[in-house]
Amino acid sequence: MNEPYVPVLFMLGLGFVFAAGSVGTSLVVGPKRYNRAKLEAYECGIQPSPQASGGGRVPIKYYLTAMLFIIFDVESIFLYPFAVAFNQLGLFALIEMVLFVLTVFVAYAYVWRRGGLDWA
Amino acid sequence: MTSVAPQGLPAVFQQSTIDYLAILPLLIVFGVAIVGVLVEAFVPRDRRHMVQAGLAVVGLLAAFVAVIVAAKHQGLTMGITDGASDRRLFALAIDGPALFMQGTILLLGVLGVLTMAERLGGVGPDAFTPSGASTPGSPFETNASRAGALTSEVFPLTMFAIFGMILFPTTNDLIGMFVALEVLSLPLYILSGLARRRRLLSQEASLKYFLLGAFSSAFFLFGSALLYGYSGSFVLGDISKAISTGPIEMNGLLVPGAFLVFVGLLFKVAAVPFHAWTPDVYQGAPTPVTGFMAACTKAAAFGAILRLAYVGLDTGRWEWTNALVVIALLTMVVGSVLSVTQTDMKRLLAYSSIAHAGFVLVGVLAFDSKGVGAVLFYVATYGFAIIAAFAIISLVRQNGGEATHLSQWAGLGKRYPLVAGAFAFLMLAFAGIPATSGFMAKFAVFSAAVGTGGATGTVLVVVGVLCSAITVFVYARVIVLMYFGDPPGDTGDAANAVEVVVPSVTTTFSIAIGTVITLALGVVPSALLDLADRASQFVR
Repeated sequence: MNEPYVPVLFMLGLGFVFAAGSVGTSLVVGPKRYNRAKLEAYECGIQPSPQASGGGRVPIKYYLTAMLFIIFDVESIFLYPFAVAFNQLGLFALIEMVLFVLTVFVAYAYVWRRGGLDWA
Repeated sequence: MTSVAPQGLPAVFQQSTIDYLAILPLLIVFGVAIVGVLVEAFVPRDRRHMVQAGLAVVGLLAAFVAVIVAAKHQGLTMGITDGASDRRLFALAIDGPALFMQGTILLLGVLGVLTMAERLGGVGPDAFTPSGASTPGSPFETNASRAGALTSEVFPLTMFAIFGMILFPTTNDLIGMFVALEVLSLPLYILSGLARRRRLLSQEASLKYFLLGAFSSAFFLFGSALLYGYSGSFVLGDISKAISTGPIEMNGLLVPGAFLVFVGLLFKVAAVPFHAWTPDVYQGAPTPVTGFMAACTKAAAFGAILRLAYVGLDTGRWEWTNALVVIALLTMVVGSVLSVTQTDMKRLLAYSSIAHAGFVLVGVLAFDSKGVGAVLFYVATYGFAIIAAFAIISLVRQNGGEATHLSQWAGLGKRYPLVAGAFAFLMLAFAGIPATSGFMAKFAVFSAAVGTGGATGTVLVVVGVLCSAITVFVYARVIVLMYFGDPPGDTGDAANAVEVVVPSVTTTFSIAIGTVITLALGVVPSALLDLADRASQFVR
């Protein structure tokens, strides 16, 4: 029991069991009604492959939104370690974090003012 | 309140000491860049260009003053001294080389911004496109501008790039170095793709630069990971200590780690064999951006190379010196020889910049403070000359577009003696002819290498002098072409003639300053040489 990596190994095994179990169960239990949309590759927002009719182009709005999402995604990653050690870090880190979040919000203000959030 | 530290975290956090006056230049440039983004969001459209350009120039000058203030606050900052293991874990080193590079980059940045602000009577910066998909002067472009697509974003982008550049030579650990590398690179990738004319060439250049740059960043990261595996630290001083106290178990990681990290940095200065992007990107990028990139990126990257070679990996020198010597030789030879065959002015200067990177590497390989001073001096003089040269190239035009083919420059000296004279003088500076700053710079670098480099230093200098002779031919050919060549298509067709457009006061200023400094540093170099010499000590 003094081997620290044994729980990690258990977790890994549990993950495999869960993944295989879910897929297997849905294979056995799930209804099987196939149509065209169901057979296409799953991709949210845009057509999975560029259509020749539109000149092979994909709308750029999707990428703007995705990019914006990633910015806030990354921001929250940096917030996690700060939150975990908040007690020890004290006021200095709080100020640093506020500055960091403000910087990200400047980018947000830019996107908002320049029409990056208008879908139409 | 009793606070229980989560597992793996130290019970007591030691707050890092930060000398805010020492990092004031960094804070100012970053702050101005952020304000620039806000200006882009909230200032009315018709005033944005002036506000942005003014803000950038004032910010850069303020940061330059801050560098002078920071010179009194030299030392390691932003980190802790670990009492238990007696390690000095600091992220930034504010010392002579860092401050010299910062000052150089900030002044060059002012000239670069002034050149980018050139409007030539138009509404926006002339070199940049508001809409990458439409041809210049077309109704599509007008529509895009009317819909709000403007080009004043180039100023905040440039400020972010300059922030990365002045951070790069200051960083004292590999993580910081990587962050600075990315901060300076990402805006440059975008700026390279924004040309208004020859858009496809520009967009291609941008994509090539991005892909190869991302690749070289990956090399740098991989190398950092290996060096961490070797030494257990990202801090340069720790790595140096680990090398000198070795051998340890992970001995095999040192050499590949050092090489990979060097690859990432040598890519940025365009050393052979990591130079392939340079001609394409220099040719495709908007000309003011090319000048800015050639001057400032080189300065920043050589600052980082110096710190890595003199502070981080100095104790393991015998492992990598020979490889760097070969790279320096290759860079000088390939850059000079290939510049002979070029027919495009921007590509010619790109290969010339490769050759210059080789000459600077000779100074790096001198491995003493004299070499450091010579490198600092060289990078500064080259920066002023190359920014002025590219500013002049952006003025020579045919039918509104830039005329960069050599044949189009024929006979320029007869019709525009002043501009051609300035360009010819800058060419002489690149060639290293006495009475120009180029001569003093080469002299400083080569004498440092002969003085302390031993036999390898002598070989490097002999090859360097031979390569200089080759490049003299290249530059002389341009001068002869300008003064003794016949203008292309001299049929009296005034509409198609190659002309030098009259720039606004900003571009005129940066050309004049670049040329005057090139002359001044060739005639009375001692002030800057002394400054570079006094700034040649690294703090560790």
